[in-house]
Amino acid sequence: MHWSINTPLVIVLLLNLFMLGVSRMRSLIYSAAAQGVILSALPLLLEKRIDVMIIFVAAVTAAIKGLLIPQMLHKALRDAQIKREVEPLIGFLPTMLLGAMGTALSITFAAYLPMIQTRIAALIIPASFSTVLTGFLLLTTRYKAITQVIGYLILENGIYIFGMLLLAAVPFLVELGILLDLFVGIFVVSIILNHINEAFSSLDTRQLTALKE
Amino acid sequence: MFLPILIFIPLLAALAAGAITSNTVRPWIMPLAASLHFAAVLTVLIVPAAPIWGGWVALDPPGKLTLLLISTLFLICSMYIVGYLRYRTERSNRVLIPCLLIFLAGATLVTCSQQLGLMWIAIESTALSTAPMIYFNRTPLSIEATWKYLLLSSVGIALALLGSFFLVYASLANNPHPTLLFSHLVRHAGADNAVWLKIAFVFLLVGYGTKMGLAPMHTWKPDAYGEAPGVVGALLAGGLTSLAFLAILRVDRVCIAGGLQTYTSHLLIGMGLLSMAVAAVFVLGQKDIKRMLAYSSVEQMGILALGAGIGGPALFGAILQMINNALTKGMLFLAAGNIHRSYGSKSTDDVHGAMRRLPLSGTVFMLGFLAITGSPPFGPFVSLFTILNAAFSAHLFLIGGLFLLLLLLVFIGMGRTVLTVVLGRPLPRKQSGNIYRDGLLTGLPLILSCLLVLMLGVHIPPFLSHLLHQAQTFMEVRP
Repeated sequence: MHWSINTPLVIVLLLNLFMLGVSRMRSLIYSAAAQGVILSALPLLLEKRIDVMIIFVAAVTAAIKGLLIPQMLHKALRDAQIKREVEPLIGFLPTMLLGAMGTALSITFAAYLPMIQTRIAALIIPASFSTVLTGFLLLTTRYKAITQVIGYLILENGIYIFGMLLLAAVPFLVELGILLDLFVGIFVVSIILNHINEAFSSLDTRQLTALKE
Repeated sequence: MFLPILIFIPLLAALAAGAITSNTVRPWIMPLAASLHFAAVLTVLIVPAAPIWGGWVALDPPGKLTLLLISTLFLICSMYIVGYLRYRTERSNRVLIPCLLIFLAGATLVTCSQQLGLMWIAIESTALSTAPMIYFNRTPLSIEATWKYLLLSSVGIALALLGSFFLVYASLANNPHPTLLFSHLVRHAGADNAVWLKIAFVFLLVGYGTKMGLAPMHTWKPDAYGEAPGVVGALLAGGLTSLAFLAILRVDRVCIAGGLQTYTSHLLIGMGLLSMAVAAVFVLGQKDIKRMLAYSSVEQMGILALGAGIGGPALFGAILQMINNALTKGMLFLAAGNIHRSYGSKSTDDVHGAMRRLPLSGTVFMLGFLAITGSPPFGPFVSLFTILNAAFSAHLFLIGGLFLLLLLLVFIGMGRTVLTVVLGRPLPRKQSGNIYRDGLLTGLPLILSCLLVLMLGVHIPPFLSHLLHQAQTFMEVRP
């Protein structure tokens, strides 16, 4: 039972490291989409009884995280006509090393926390923390606005992994609501991205520094 | 029955606003929807509405107060916006008006959400609907402000979601059938899962604290308030922040039930004093009047957190201060909006003698400054005094002393900017064309909010003090 959950989670962890090291924007978007799709299948592996509702929610999650959102990001990238490189503040190798350290720390830290339900795979909590950290690293160490949006998506994926521990408690309506908010959020962001590009002819957030004390 | 109506009135109005094609007719839907909403809110407060949707949607005492507050503030702003948009005919309001109405629907849902997940979804919807409003002016600066607001508040709200999950995870230990209902979370918050409860509270405080604008997560605030139209600033500073405070109160209650009263109160007091200190530093020498109001809002949020942290009578004061702050910030932002419109600038380099050029807006701006800094006879004086009194009677002399000192520093800092704005002689006008003058629609809302703030300082109506006492008792749960 445990290996069937842990295998996808290990892939998710590897994807985290890959995304921190990748320099092409396109590969970054594809990896984030792949991570979203893998995560959307987790409830199917965890729930003992699978009904229509679980399959429906998983399908909607996969469609939004794997198709719709990557599509919007690709479109924003095309419209912006920008150099398709990630442009990091800290180099790719150092961020990868930071990510690896973060993963190691997450595993040690999670071991100190009391597990409330022991029957569920032990990797869920560390994988969640590590993915949240990866999202933060992408948010803070990359200059392009699109990369920061992807960072936010990864952050949300990390929270989703933690949600796997609460499958019994969180109603489907709430899950769908959270997903809808994520979708609308990315939609609003992609409109703003377009306007940033029009106003500044770039998506480099270093341009956005006029407002300060 | 009435609770869904409260949410559907603004939603339907938003749809109608989207369908109306005339840029001059569309704003009128705002006062219409706001009055209907206000009437419905009064009905719900008089005739208690039964919980619906399996207890997910119901009104608790702090929720009732926040709902009344939001509806009142929105009604005041809805009148103003009709007048304001007459001066902004060059800009389409086809996005602004529906967004404002969706914000009202989301805010209403926050006040009556008794379920952790539903409350999160509603708060996120208010955050998303406000982003296009900040961006109304379409200048590079407003785009920058919107981007920073979206990014910071999205991350903040994501952390709040993680915190909510931790809170539910903590309840799994004592609860075989876990739900996200606050009443269940309070009942099942035991001491044996204190570690997860503690982590949960930190994440929720940071997350919803970002929305509130507590230091050090306040950095989006001056940018967003500075670049948004004044009326949007009023709704953000008075409405959005109150919603986030309500969310923090509700999760604080769960943690108190879990026996973490000292822990949460230390965190709240610390964040509160830090916010007040940050505001006191940055408000000093602030040249931009809207950014100055933003730092004043950071200070106010600090006061709310501090009051909630001290608890008991101070919590009574904090919730009263939430109401006073919203109405006073409303009048300040609306007056600042008028001044900005008349001078074509919001910097003290250009704005002098507002009392001469705009007697009404200038005077209300000055009175608003006196009110928000806690001068009698206005409402905030009463609530600030209640908090101070509670701090001293709980023998928290250091905290009480720091509180007084920081209030004084903010008063001095704001005073310098405000006096430059309202006194002196106005410079000759540079712009020509559609020159702004105080009219009925942009003046009456100022007078109304000023009268309300004055009334709260002189006499708190019995129904309000009854609700406030209920809210205070509601928060006193036993571990």
